[in-house]
Amino acid sequence: MRVSLFITCFNDTLFPNVGRAVVELLERLGHTVAFPEEQTCCGQMHLNSGYAPEGRRLAERFERVFADAEVVVSPSASCVAMVREHCPAVRERVFELTELLVDVLGVEDVGASFPHRVTLHPTCHSLRLLHVGDRPLRLLRAVHGIDLVELDEAAECCGFGGTFAVKNADTSMAMLSDKLRRVLDTRAEVCTALDTSCLMHIGGALLRQRAGVRTVHVAEILAAQE
Amino acid sequence: MSRAGFPAAAAASLSNAQLRRNLGKATTTIRTKRGRVVDELDDWAALRDAGAAIKARALATLPEQLERLEAAVADAGGVVHWARDGIEANAIVARIAREHGADSVVKVKSLASDEIKMNEALAAQGIRAIETDLAELIVQLGHDRQSHILVPAIHRNRAEIRRLFERTIAAGTALSDDPPVLAEAARRHLRREFLSARVAVSGANFGVAETGAICVVESEGNGRMCLTLPEVLVTVMGIEKVIPEWRDLEVMLQLLPRSSTGERMNPYTSVWTGVREGDGPREFHLVLLDNGRTDVLADEVGRQALRCIRCSACLNVCPVYSRVGGHAYESVYPGPIGAILTPMLRGLDEAPSLPWASSLCGACYEACPVKIDIPSVLVHLRDRVTREVKPAHDPEGVAMRTVARVFGGRRRYEAAQRLARLGQGPLAKAPGPLSGWTAMRELPRVPEQSFREWWRERGAR
Repeated sequence: MRVSLFITCFNDTLFPNVGRAVVELLERLGHTVAFPEEQTCCGQMHLNSGYAPEGRRLAERFERVFADAEVVVSPSASCVAMVREHCPAVRERVFELTELLVDVLGVEDVGASFPHRVTLHPTCHSLRLLHVGDRPLRLLRAVHGIDLVELDEAAECCGFGGTFAVKNADTSMAMLSDKLRRVLDTRAEVCTALDTSCLMHIGGALLRQRAGVRTVHVAEILAAQE
Repeated sequence: MSRAGFPAAAAASLSNAQLRRNLGKATTTIRTKRGRVVDELDDWAALRDAGAAIKARALATLPEQLERLEAAVADAGGVVHWARDGIEANAIVARIAREHGADSVVKVKSLASDEIKMNEALAAQGIRAIETDLAELIVQLGHDRQSHILVPAIHRNRAEIRRLFERTIAAGTALSDDPPVLAEAARRHLRREFLSARVAVSGANFGVAETGAICVVESEGNGRMCLTLPEVLVTVMGIEKVIPEWRDLEVMLQLLPRSSTGERMNPYTSVWTGVREGDGPREFHLVLLDNGRTDVLADEVGRQALRCIRCSACLNVCPVYSRVGGHAYESVYPGPIGAILTPMLRGLDEAPSLPWASSLCGACYEACPVKIDIPSVLVHLRDRVTREVKPAHDPEGVAMRTVARVFGGRRRYEAAQRLARLGQGPLAKAPGPLSGWTAMRELPRVPEQSFREWWRERGAR
């Protein structure tokens, strides 16, 4: 299958490894990846922060850029949720990575090997907007060598929320403190998720604490062959 | 709302370790109970749909429903008053009390009355309002503020309540932290008030247009006392509390207790229709309160907030509320529902920071028994605040519009990516101060190669 990658502005600029992992993974599974280079941002930040006209223009731009794509995949649950809500022309053809793998490509064991102790933070938008359910867990369970451990109060927000983290920094930090405590309680060495933004939030604090726990996107685990 | 708004008020609450513990414990307990009684119903999703539809119908036909209600209440011997705002409503209540020579009224817990600051207004007229709900009594005795819709004294623990009672209603008595002992002290105090009160004031959970029946649900029996013992009963009801038909109660009375206290059924459900010879109050007044509600109704996206049945499920599941507590919202309506209702009822310029008091995690929408899409309303109100309240040259607005232009074209975007690597340009300078971020987290370094650069290099290989 020919799959068009929507990398998201955030991953493109700050976390290119996530995009590389998606490309490597899909190619390993025998698919062709296309990358429409006109793509920039889906408009989520503007739409969620009080700048709807600007956000809608970016969403419309997204629709034009991906107008001809057969199937679009993105390693960001929150951007996919945004596109589903605001880009009706492509809504049916856009999938979050684990949705694509499980629902469209019908695969759970992607042939990955990742011998580490890992805990999954199911991000708010993957859980409550996309309803990905146990798709990420099913994919992760099939990873060779992985020691997957459950996160307590997993469904609770990490406190990122886009501009919330800076506009309501104190409240965001209080939420993050509790999330960190639960991550550390699992004794995992890796915290993973379907959204790099939440991982940047959690990971930035783990790094500050020199906690010795790293954050890795699910795509990177599924691409790994350690 | 104070000028500093929610972020500053929240920061003050967050540093209170006792408050954090009280809140965390209480919200977790109610959340767990709610989860249990919701999960046991196979048709919970259908009930939510029905609840949302009933309230949506009531709001879509509000003038008609209110006139039906007015006629039905009048037919049953009640008197209906219309109040445009709190000043009018409070004046009506004070006048009725005075006409009956009452210098005090007993009150059933009522958010509408708190919203219009009725106790203060009555006090100014020389009329003492006596709260009879235990938590409301605790708040009143402590000259405190409510911090939760259902459990207004959620920020207080037993030891604090014991000390308060020993200073006030049980002065001279040594109590203990045992809840039955504290409840008994309140009961003794309140019993005297119930037996001597001539006028009672209540709110309403539902007002049935078809029959004129008013419904109040409660847990302590104080409501039943107020609604049946005094000669005169005055009910102040927000106009959005009307439901069209009697049979609608069947749905609402399943949704409300499960969502609020986590019970299948609340201990006391009082329903009355006008007045009846030899039973209950001899005079019944219904005050229909607008106080900004028609403004909310005019907002096409925001009007769904009027479906709210004040269950407080959204508070208990909210990761913001359960850490910050109610006071930071500076309103009788705290939590997610307050973050949308307060700015719409009072005017956006009165509470412009509240629509941002959420990480948009979606837990509130999932829990809401009448399916109010709170995150969508929050986002809508953010946009309204940006357009209607913020100055045109607000620095954040300028930065956000610049970023939007950058995202508007591939060349501008790629140039900004390269600049960001040098720590410059619109993508490096994210909107808002970053000190909040770096107080607890490292910032990621912009890598040497963007994804698209890797992609191109790979293609060239």
